[in-house]
Amino acid sequence: MSLVEKIRNIDRRIIFTIIALAIIVPLLIPVGFPIKVSPSVRNLYDELENLPSGSKVLISFDFGASTYPEIYPMSMAILRHLFRRGVKPIIMGLWPEGVPFAERALAVTTEEAGKVYGEDYVNLGFKAGGIVVMQALGRSLEEAFPEDAYGTPIGDIPLMKGVRNYDDIAMVIDLSAGDPGIPAWVMIAQGRFGKKVGGGCTAVSAPQYFAYLQAGQLVGLMGGMKGAAEYETLIKRKDLGTAGMDAQSVAHVVIVIFIIIGNITFFVERARRGKKEEVS
Amino acid sequence: MKRQIPLIITFLAGLAMILGYFIPHEPFGGLQQMLNTWYMVVAAFAMILGVGNLIKLHTIKIRKRKQGFGYSFVLLAGLAAMALFGIFRGIKPGTAFYWMWWNMHVPMSSTMFSLLAFFVASASYRAFRARNIEAALLLVAGILVMIGRVPIGDMVWSGFPAIANWIMNVPNTAGQRAILIGISLGVVSTSLRLLLGIERTYLAGD
Repeated sequence: MSLVEKIRNIDRRIIFTIIALAIIVPLLIPVGFPIKVSPSVRNLYDELENLPSGSKVLISFDFGASTYPEIYPMSMAILRHLFRRGVKPIIMGLWPEGVPFAERALAVTTEEAGKVYGEDYVNLGFKAGGIVVMQALGRSLEEAFPEDAYGTPIGDIPLMKGVRNYDDIAMVIDLSAGDPGIPAWVMIAQGRFGKKVGGGCTAVSAPQYFAYLQAGQLVGLMGGMKGAAEYETLIKRKDLGTAGMDAQSVAHVVIVIFIIIGNITFFVERARRGKKEEVS
Repeated sequence: MKRQIPLIITFLAGLAMILGYFIPHEPFGGLQQMLNTWYMVVAAFAMILGVGNLIKLHTIKIRKRKQGFGYSFVLLAGLAAMALFGIFRGIKPGTAFYWMWWNMHVPMSSTMFSLLAFFVASASYRAFRARNIEAALLLVAGILVMIGRVPIGDMVWSGFPAIANWIMNVPNTAGQRAILIGISLGVVSTSLRLLLGIERTYLAGD
């Protein structure tokens, strides 16, 4: 077996080991690559930065445990920014798994900021129905969520006084890993009710949403852990997103090197085959 | 009648939703809201149906000793443990459900998703080849986006992020927009077929 064939047929366990090392080593020994902020994340930050103190922002936690490492850091960064600005988040989830993550993010960020439940933030919990819940919110928030996540009637929560529907919410932010998620929020909250919508999503799904960004249907977007790291850079509070960027950088470079090696072996083999055919 | 009644219900419900969308005033707005509320209730019950179906499917797999039936056993045991602890001991911090959620379910689900990195690396090494011009274009675009979207790309050459952004904003968006328009037209035509009773596959057995 020639060297080229050996390289081409390399055991996949070796590839897995190299990738594992490319991720683990930078996590253990951080390099701290500088993070450049992309326009889509900057726009989202600017929108929230320009909201008047006391505004209410609806944040929907529409992701599950599998995408938690990518999207949870975004939720932390967004909540920290909102609490720092005095903006009041109204939390909800269209995915049942989203709510425990919201609770954890709130537990950390509200303790840091010294915020009080019911006055500075509220958690409405999970509601089944997806796009229909979004439509119902446009008519009456209280009809869609008669109680918060802990069974308190909405009418008894000070923050919710005067919040009837989208008209009383400054903006919607969707942290989404699929359906129901950003496209549905764009379609209903933005398209039908004219509300500004921003979002965060996994890196693999981000390219789908660039059409919404260009059309102005999304005011900003965080894509994957990089998006979270960029937002952390903007609020000057490095956390989980930034911590993962070194590993992601190195992993990307390693994958690119794999692609290049794979193609070199492909072209060498093709050239050899061509020569053999010429001889025969 | 067995076939016509569901068709009439579908037509009327669909019509009410369409009218409610374009004319949000009474009586259409209220009708749409009522149907939305019904949908939320049905959606909640659909989750129960989903769990029931999952249990049925895996029970059959175990009973018939199909390949990989051991995994079905683990799934059912996990489902039962989470459900029973959740129902009888609650889901608040400090409970067994809470512990299992954060220390078993979340890490395992995240691990499954993170395996993607390993498969992407292996697959790109073996299959991502510049066999023709189209494949070469895709490969170059993929490499530029991968490098341009991480901080190390900017360190190597400040032009990488700009190129990656251009690829995402221009060719990618053009393609995505075309796909979106195609999907939307498909949704509209399928919806019309359903409302008009042309598409009847949802009537199981008919």
